[in-house]
Amino acid sequence: MPPPQFDTGNPSRSVIRLELTAGHLVAALLLILYPFGANDFFIVQIGAQSLLLGTVALSLMLLAGYGGMVSLSQMTVAGMAGYFIAILGTDSYNLGLGWPWWIVVPGSILCATVIATVIGIISVRTEGIYTIMITLAIGVALYYLCNQNYAVFNGFTGFSGLKPPAVFGIDWRAPLPFYYLSLAIAAAAYLAVSYFERSTFGLALQAIRDNPRRMHALGYDVTLHRIVAHVFAGFLAAVGGVMLVWYNGRISPGTIGVGELIDILIIAVIGGLRRPIGPFVGAIVFVLIGNFAIDLIDRERFNMLIGFGFLIIVLFSPDGLLGLWDKLTSMSRDARAEEWRR
Amino acid sequence: MRLFLLTVLNGLTLGALYFLVASGFSLVFGLMRNVNLAHGSLYLLGGYIGFDVAEMTGSWTLGVAAGFAAMAVLGALFQILIFRHMQGQDLRQTLVTIGISIILADFMLWIWGGDSYQFIIPDVLFGATSIPLMGIKYPTYKLFVLLSAIVIGIGLWLFLNRTRIGMMIRAGVDDRGMLQASGINVNLIFAITFAIGAGLAGLAGVIGGSALSLAPGEDLRYLLASLIVVIVGGMGSVTGAAIGSALIGLADQFGLTYSPTYGVTYTFLVMVIVLAFRPTGIMGRQ
Repeated sequence: MPPPQFDTGNPSRSVIRLELTAGHLVAALLLILYPFGANDFFIVQIGAQSLLLGTVALSLMLLAGYGGMVSLSQMTVAGMAGYFIAILGTDSYNLGLGWPWWIVVPGSILCATVIATVIGIISVRTEGIYTIMITLAIGVALYYLCNQNYAVFNGFTGFSGLKPPAVFGIDWRAPLPFYYLSLAIAAAAYLAVSYFERSTFGLALQAIRDNPRRMHALGYDVTLHRIVAHVFAGFLAAVGGVMLVWYNGRISPGTIGVGELIDILIIAVIGGLRRPIGPFVGAIVFVLIGNFAIDLIDRERFNMLIGFGFLIIVLFSPDGLLGLWDKLTSMSRDARAEEWRR
Repeated sequence: MRLFLLTVLNGLTLGALYFLVASGFSLVFGLMRNVNLAHGSLYLLGGYIGFDVAEMTGSWTLGVAAGFAAMAVLGALFQILIFRHMQGQDLRQTLVTIGISIILADFMLWIWGGDSYQFIIPDVLFGATSIPLMGIKYPTYKLFVLLSAIVIGIGLWLFLNRTRIGMMIRAGVDDRGMLQASGINVNLIFAITFAIGAGLAGLAGVIGGSALSLAPGEDLRYLLASLIVVIVGGMGSVTGAAIGSALIGLADQFGLTYSPTYGVTYTFLVMVIVLAFRPTGIMGRQ
């Protein structure tokens, strides 16, 4: 049965138009000019890595924020895309099939998206916290599979010497091209998710998050909407995963270990799960702490620092740093309104 | 045939170990809807503390008791200090347990380092026992693990089904609000359940650590085992945890014996098949 159509005035224009504010322009300008004020370390290790981790975390934000499905296996999907880059393409030991890049890249993204779809089909049968457990179990099972399987995944060692292809005669591994490629992908993902939020499908998904039974009664296919959300999120994670494998130059089971799966959750939660900018804010904080914790605290204790930070955010600001920001701005707005009233 | 019998026994003993860990996990979830993703950390921490106590006192039995007691206290503290203040917020509680597991994992690495520890088990449990009718010898300690899981399972069943507190816990699983309305201190029941669940993880840490060894990463293994066992068996049911553990243990060992590199994949397959037919697990209720 097709979902009933409601006349909501002129939705195609008013609902779907992206809100491009002054903030967006300033942020875009800053991000484009950033490499000119930074050295290679800050361009790649901090800049590009934040953008790419943010993209993977964005896929989790999409599922959790709009769909109410906290999937811990998004890094697994990203890692699978990375594995397929190695399996289909070339690495330093020539273990892969050695296909040309224009098959390898779309093929890897496609395969990883298919895996995400299967994960979606399995996990959407369950609700709420069951979803966390099942996606975690699937992620760990795939981790053990990659770790123990030598025929396809080359076991514990994984693959190394993976680099982006030289398209248009540009060395994409060089700091500047790699940063701008990451920025373009992250920006496209951000815009796509912002558009998704206001699209008919996105609105239906958010309604399903709030009340699945009512949406079901209205004639919407709840399961299908959730699975399609997993497909879209899987695609985003896969694109991020391809970029991350080029960033690292190597892939091994460690890339999709439980710590790494949970890192993505930490990034999304620290930033905030309400809006697509959250994961990127979280990623910047996470990467900065990761790189500079050594100056604050013994390097060995990085996990304890991040664990306590995460715990404090979860305990005191459930909406992450964005939630804090919203509270501060609304407080200052209230203060200003108060002044004006006097 | 010998190999087959040995595999069955290995599967059952591994299942027994999984049951010890997963029953507490399942109990806590059933009552409080709290997915304790720090459960694996409680297993490992209980094992380490039990090891230290056993080393100091020279008594393995005291080590087991210490593993149970220390984790029971820690579990009750978690419930009283943290989870009590966020009742009904499932997702937030789960995120908090993730935070706790990260901190505990790092803490344990700090204190006990990356080495693996091996318990010295009592002489009675050392060596092998021949099993009548089957004509094979089997390690005594593994039989002890199987036996203790059966005893604890029956004990837990009796506690839940035959005692007053057990009755309250079961009532709380069905309807928290109603239990509170009938004048029962729900917070106390919650703290007791959490203590038992965490204590069982600590106890399993010592018993399991003696069967294999204690090392960083084991927390994760047993968390995964608990997750799959309760997903397969159904949440909040002791019988479900028992069925789930036996299935997963057998799947794991048969996989390991007959196609070594895919052992984990078999347990995963069992999970997917069960989910396809019964999304809430074998003994789970809709």
